[in-house]
Amino acid sequence: MEDLKKFLIDKVLMLESDTLPPETEKVLRKVRREKSDNAVIFISSGTSSLIAGSEKTRAAIKTYIDENERGAELVNVGCNSPLSFEPLVCIQLPGKNRLYFRNITEEKVEPLLNGIFHNDINKDDLAGQHGTKGFELWQGIPFIDDLPFFANQKRVVLSNCGCYDPESIEEYIARGGYRAFVKAIRHYTYEEVCNIIEKSGLRGRSGGGYPTGLKWKQALNASAASRYLICNAKESDPGAFTDRTILESDPHRLVEGIATASYAIGASSAIVFFRKESQYALNRLQKAIDKAREYGLLGHNILSSGYNLDIIIRKEPGAFVCGEETALLSTLEGKRGMPQLKPPYPTTSGLFSKPTVINNVETLMNVPLIMENGPEWFRTMGTENSPGTKVFAIAGKGRFSGVVEVEMGTTIKSIVDNIADGIKDGKDLKAVQLGGASGSFLTSGNLEVPVDYDVMAEKGIPMGAGGFVIIDENTCIVDLVRYFMEFIRNESCGKCIPCREGTGRMLEILDSVIKKPISEDSGTTLERFKGVMQLETIASVMKDTSLCGLGQTAPNPFLSALENFREEFEEHIFDRKCRANVCRGLRTFSIDVDKCTGCTACASKCPVNAIYGTRLQPFFIVEDKCTGCGICYDICKFSAIKVR
Amino acid sequence: MSIDIDLIIKKYKPGRREELIPLLQEIQDENGHLSEESIIRVGSFVGLSTTKIYGLATFYDQFKFIPSGKVRIKICNGTSCFLNGSQAVLNKFREETGLAAGQTSRDGILSYEIVTCMGGCNNGPVITINGEYNPAIKPEQLPDLIKKLKFIIEND
Repeated sequence: MEDLKKFLIDKVLMLESDTLPPETEKVLRKVRREKSDNAVIFISSGTSSLIAGSEKTRAAIKTYIDENERGAELVNVGCNSPLSFEPLVCIQLPGKNRLYFRNITEEKVEPLLNGIFHNDINKDDLAGQHGTKGFELWQGIPFIDDLPFFANQKRVVLSNCGCYDPESIEEYIARGGYRAFVKAIRHYTYEEVCNIIEKSGLRGRSGGGYPTGLKWKQALNASAASRYLICNAKESDPGAFTDRTILESDPHRLVEGIATASYAIGASSAIVFFRKESQYALNRLQKAIDKAREYGLLGHNILSSGYNLDIIIRKEPGAFVCGEETALLSTLEGKRGMPQLKPPYPTTSGLFSKPTVINNVETLMNVPLIMENGPEWFRTMGTENSPGTKVFAIAGKGRFSGVVEVEMGTTIKSIVDNIADGIKDGKDLKAVQLGGASGSFLTSGNLEVPVDYDVMAEKGIPMGAGGFVIIDENTCIVDLVRYFMEFIRNESCGKCIPCREGTGRMLEILDSVIKKPISEDSGTTLERFKGVMQLETIASVMKDTSLCGLGQTAPNPFLSALENFREEFEEHIFDRKCRANVCRGLRTFSIDVDKCTGCTACASKCPVNAIYGTRLQPFFIVEDKCTGCGICYDICKFSAIKVR
Repeated sequence: MSIDIDLIIKKYKPGRREELIPLLQEIQDENGHLSEESIIRVGSFVGLSTTKIYGLATFYDQFKFIPSGKVRIKICNGTSCFLNGSQAVLNKFREETGLAAGQTSRDGILSYEIVTCMGGCNNGPVITINGEYNPAIKPEQLPDLIKKLKFIIEND
């Protein structure tokens, strides 16, 4: 191990020329497991795989190897496939292409491995083969890269995800890692690195799209004794998981990105602000940082270049608003995470009043790639003003969900149709929600919009950090808006009044829209209508007068839903009907006389005694008394209760 | 208990406010909650009044001031789980246990909290029981599950 470490540092990282000599390449191939005499079994091991049961699969494979194929190697890799393929197992026989098998649960392990080691491949669970140069093809087996999910992506940031062991820095270096960083600290000045990034046109991937190179220069040019780099990995939108997947699959590239960015702004300490729920990703990142320190890539006088850097991880204590730059800084300083007025911007006066650059995980993942391949290469991807790629976490009702990467300029519609492969169970698409809890809805009218900062900003659509939720016709949009509003109401920090009071008031009104009032006398109805009339005004006041981004964007889901689904809101308000049959409070129930056996189960459970009847005779529901709780519907064994 | 806190506090430098949150986090990880005593100790160590520390700790969701139950349940209410029916699971759970999020039952067995996204977006709604994932939970599974958990604890 020590020999390999010395070899990798001296012969690979400190190498002056760009091309590696053949004998070095030979060793690296071995480290990359491309030249192995034994079978290698890769198993995906992110949080999503764990939930799907990959730990049991892993144990079963281990037992099998111990009993039968002693030479085979078992390797943990990150996730790179659709979530519905988990647990994914990939097998590489010596000299042959990797074969991917999906949904390999515990009991499938033995037949699968028995088959593959005796040349009888189970085609049912086979997802495809992955072609690698210099490897033998499997005849008659489709390529996994031809699946629409992969074929329509452009995986650059995610290129390493799922290919190597995220806990092995050796393998990362053998795949070309850390060479860009070493080149930067040995041959470039701070300004030169900033210039390269500025020339590439990289823009912040957290949603705002601020040019990264410019931000770095501002911090570099601010005069101060010390500077800070903060990597914002607090991905707290409900339903976004891009950062977590990246960190679980390829933590070393992020460490390299952070190190390069810190060098560019002359910072000697960097902080990763981490989400508390992603413990698994945090462990992997901590290991990656420790390994880098062991290799002398972090710490004092890195590779004798005279540059010092240390990276520390801080876990967020649980507040959505901490994702906002100034609130994040307050939290790191040990205060309540409340946003401050800008300017001064963090680049001039940030953490402890020192110049601070805050970058998103995806932005920093792009940095080593640009340093290695040059800004011109980066500009060949994407559009004129938004070069590069964008990572999205597709969730919700698409046929495939998972973390995907597309070239900038791809339309949202093509992501839904080609990558997510349409909607589950043949349902119709209702909307796509971008940008998490404060994002907006896209419907058939504006689905053709390309992923591009300027075009989307012009149309008033926030790109967000990567949340991409597909919504089908079975979802009630009013209920969903209420859900987002409840989330933001709970997370509002309470500093400024428009956000603190506005979110609460909007939630109250939305509640009255989806619930049946206890008595429908004129007073309550009038109150409800008065509230409904105020919704739009409250939303626009919040948008104009809130202090931070959270408050200003809080009414977005409501406003865009109202614009696209006005009819549905009106149905809820005037007709008291929910077309998706989701809003429990608006449902009315009746009993099918033909099906009811008079078992009295519903009548005994009804909390408001709205069900009457005689035993063994059909029962009936008194509509005025019914609150629409749905207990009778759930309890009836004869499906005699009808919903309207 | 107090020895534990001293051991943790020793690792930090006194009087540095930026280390306050990591310190509280570590105490909570060890003890499961922040006791009155630990807050007073931390206050004198960092050089802040107890009210300031309470003010900070109550701002963040993570910190708890009552001991959590032996069985800690987390229910995911992220967007994906919401679309897959996490609200029904939450309602059923409240109904069965009579607890609100963040509370601990009187017998000290159950406590639960709502989180947003744990990573099981394809198999929602997800709940974790003492860190173990249970994907695709249906509301009707809950009564049996809770009974089973109580049975295991009571006979332990």
